[in-house]
Amino acid sequence: MKTNTHFAFFDEGSKKEIRRAIMKAVAIPGYQVPFASREMPIARGWGTGGLQITLSIIGKSDVLKVIDQGADESVNAVSIKKLVHETTGVELTEQTNKASVIQSRHRIPEVALTEDQIIVLQVPMPEPLRKVEASEYMTKRMHAEDDYSGVWLMLFEQIMKYGKTATSADHPVYVNGRYVMAPSPIPRFDNSKLHQSEALILLGAGREKKIYAVPPYTNVESLAFEDYPFSVEVFEGKHCHLCGSTDVFLDELIDPETGETIHQCNDTSYCIEQLNKKAEAEVQTSYA
Amino acid sequence: MGYVPVKGGTQAIDASIKRLKYERLKGNETIEIHTIMSTMRGMIDQVMSESSLYSPFLAALAIKQAEGSMEEAVFLMRAHRSTLPRPYYSKTVEPEAMLVERRISASFKDIPGGQLLGATHDYTHRLLDFDLIGESSESIQQWLNNYQMELQQVETFDEVKYFPKVVDYLREEGLFEKYEENNTAPKDITKQSLQFPSTRSERLQVLTRGQTGAVTSLGYASLRGYGQVHPNVGEVRVGAVPIYVGHPNEMEHDTDEDFYIGDIKVTEVESFVPTQVKNANNEYELQFEIGYGICYGQNETKAIAMSILDQCLEHPEADFPTHDEEFVLLHIDSVESTGFISHLKLPHYVTFQSRLDSVRQVKKEVQEVEN
Amino acid sequence: MLEEPILQVRNLRKQFGTGCMECAEVETRKLEKNFCKNCGTVYACQDISFDLYPGEILGIVGESGSGKSTMMQCLYFDNEVSSGEAFINTPELVSNNVFELSAQKKRSIRNHVYGMVYQNPVHGLKMNFSSVGNIAEKLIAAGNRNVGQMEATSKKLLENVHIPLHRMKEEPRNFSGGMQQRVQIAKALSNNPPILFLDEVTTGLDLSVQANVLDLIKVIQRDLGISMIVVSHDLAVIRMLADRTIVLLNGKIIEEGLTDQVLEDPQHEYTQQLVYSLL
Repeated sequence: MKTNTHFAFFDEGSKKEIRRAIMKAVAIPGYQVPFASREMPIARGWGTGGLQITLSIIGKSDVLKVIDQGADESVNAVSIKKLVHETTGVELTEQTNKASVIQSRHRIPEVALTEDQIIVLQVPMPEPLRKVEASEYMTKRMHAEDDYSGVWLMLFEQIMKYGKTATSADHPVYVNGRYVMAPSPIPRFDNSKLHQSEALILLGAGREKKIYAVPPYTNVESLAFEDYPFSVEVFEGKHCHLCGSTDVFLDELIDPETGETIHQCNDTSYCIEQLNKKAEAEVQTSYA
Repeated sequence: MGYVPVKGGTQAIDASIKRLKYERLKGNETIEIHTIMSTMRGMIDQVMSESSLYSPFLAALAIKQAEGSMEEAVFLMRAHRSTLPRPYYSKTVEPEAMLVERRISASFKDIPGGQLLGATHDYTHRLLDFDLIGESSESIQQWLNNYQMELQQVETFDEVKYFPKVVDYLREEGLFEKYEENNTAPKDITKQSLQFPSTRSERLQVLTRGQTGAVTSLGYASLRGYGQVHPNVGEVRVGAVPIYVGHPNEMEHDTDEDFYIGDIKVTEVESFVPTQVKNANNEYELQFEIGYGICYGQNETKAIAMSILDQCLEHPEADFPTHDEEFVLLHIDSVESTGFISHLKLPHYVTFQSRLDSVRQVKKEVQEVEN
Repeated sequence: MLEEPILQVRNLRKQFGTGCMECAEVETRKLEKNFCKNCGTVYACQDISFDLYPGEILGIVGESGSGKSTMMQCLYFDNEVSSGEAFINTPELVSNNVFELSAQKKRSIRNHVYGMVYQNPVHGLKMNFSSVGNIAEKLIAAGNRNVGQMEATSKKLLENVHIPLHRMKEEPRNFSGGMQQRVQIAKALSNNPPILFLDEVTTGLDLSVQANVLDLIKVIQRDLGISMIVVSHDLAVIRMLADRTIVLLNGKIIEEGLTDQVLEDPQHEYTQQLVYSLL
């Protein structure tokens, strides 16, 4: 009763179907394309949307990187990597610039991506209007009719209540001046990386059965009022306690010895790269 | 020598998986697949129904692997299902042709064909049977032999009896509307994602593969007050129905040429729901509509609850969540609901950091205003 | 009158139900009021035509079931017409039957040209959003993206309708009926709409509060010169507000003219009854 799994888990028919949805998504930037999301060997809500995209686009010569919350070694990233590797045998990497396909949850790497790369983001809630309207039938209409006053009103109410917009991650964006899109729960810090990105950005929501995309060199604008400009998370005066970086998204940690708050690069592979660069420079100076 | 990444995640997962296996094996007992198949009928039926994959053998394997966790077993079956090629659709199944094991009507005492109680827990007293602790294969064999002897005393018919549908009898009386057969091909929700407003074929598919507990709870909510459907169970029937497929290459379709590929056991329910309709003279009349429920195996509660929800969703005008197709259909799938709930266990460090920043900024703003 | 009407309505029809052999023909149908006894179809608005001129208040009076609210809902696109035309005399919309425009265009008319005040504030307000947010909603829908501007506009409007500014961030569900109605009026006025619809806006309010709201409407009309259609079953309201009046009965216009004329010298039997019962 044992069955062998196919290259990249899916049969070719399934891959083609998902690729068709991806093509449509690329053709209509920011529009959520419904697709017949399959049940995967990992749980719904654990990255099945991203995984289905990755498996349908990956080829034997690809190099894959998977991160979760910025870390290559996060348990779920490891689990996804393992599944793709077992069914494809593709090369794995942790170095952002070596990867041709990067699947990520909640982060876009600090290193700028290139035209030769595709980033696949896992999406829990693809509908940016869900907080405003519970019904899928209605939100679909609102997108079709370009009716986004609800989501603007939500931001306006936050300003009235708190004196500023109080969104955290997943701050909605305008794509190509037409569709309002959920960028997936990336921090606001990463929103600007979507704008005019050189790499193709694909977003997959497995449970909600939607695929959408930001093609390379597309305008992506975070929703903000004229007099309340969009603002990102601030780490003023903070730096990574390992590599010293300042202009990156930092994790807040408690030093177990001193009990003090310390900060550390959220993007682990970026941090290691910085450390290695420093070490190299030190070696060179000491021999110079 | 540069810095290298730590491999904590990989090691932790390996250790966790090993520990899981240890938990399954540490009692030093093993259970045979066929033992599960012959003793855990309820679980097998439920797993097959919720995973929408009819295979008692695979269901038993899934139950073994999942150590009896239903959500896990259903998950395994679903994931396996999506790797299977599906080259054919069966011919329409005719539950009239069911080899009936059990068939009751709560609406009529004397239904044509008669009531057939069959095997049911309904009239057992729910007292723990401590004798089962010491049950042996000898005592089982003894009991089976006796039962066979008893059966021999019973007079049997020479031919297979046909059980007409209760509703057909009522249709003749004009209590139910007669409809033309609708032979529109159903949409396959596993090949095309559900769009709203949905078709009835889509709704029935989602309901029949719904999590038993979820379908039951929503059906109960409707019955108790949060809905407008108060049905009479017209008929519950449990039994085996034959499945046929047509020849894939023949252009001419002759039903005699269809291939019989096996039987599946199902529970089918038709509930009668009184509704007001206007007749041709613009007068109100009471009429009955049918709520339909069907699921793999013997799972009568789920099938009845499904028949309530089917009828609810036929009347979206009622202002209850049980009549809202998005509310019902998008939240009863076992794999989807357990998956999304359990994803909360995944790290959310980045989102939390972002939220923390947002809260701090707001606090700062407030302080600045106050000063 | 030499002036062009700002809104022209022609042969507006609205029926609920599919109709039958007996009531399909307009000329031969026999209805019980507006109701076909054979098939149960309701003919809520039957062939309604009128003009609304810039700056005037047009009153529409009739008993409940006369079709006045349905007509209003059709004009505001809350309800789809069965047939008929409406033309709005603005440069962008001229000679377009607005009933036939896309949902998107209709929404744009609602956001830029129309204001609506419903009898029940629940229909016009988001009860769990701040009052200022409610007003901003309409400004946002019309394309405004400046919080400071919108807040200032909202404040001015709320002040005009006598909502104390310290309560402007409160949700209307905490307000009394009269206050809710005033917030609704402020919201309806937020985009300086050339046309404002008022549907039984004082029904259900205390007498003193009624007078207060009516005063407010009068002041707004005088100061801003907005054209208004005021629907009411209450002749006193019509007398106080309307320049011209249309009387509806069973979905049909039975009388129209200057309000004074209609009230002083009613021609139709039904109008006579209505007027005398007021005296």
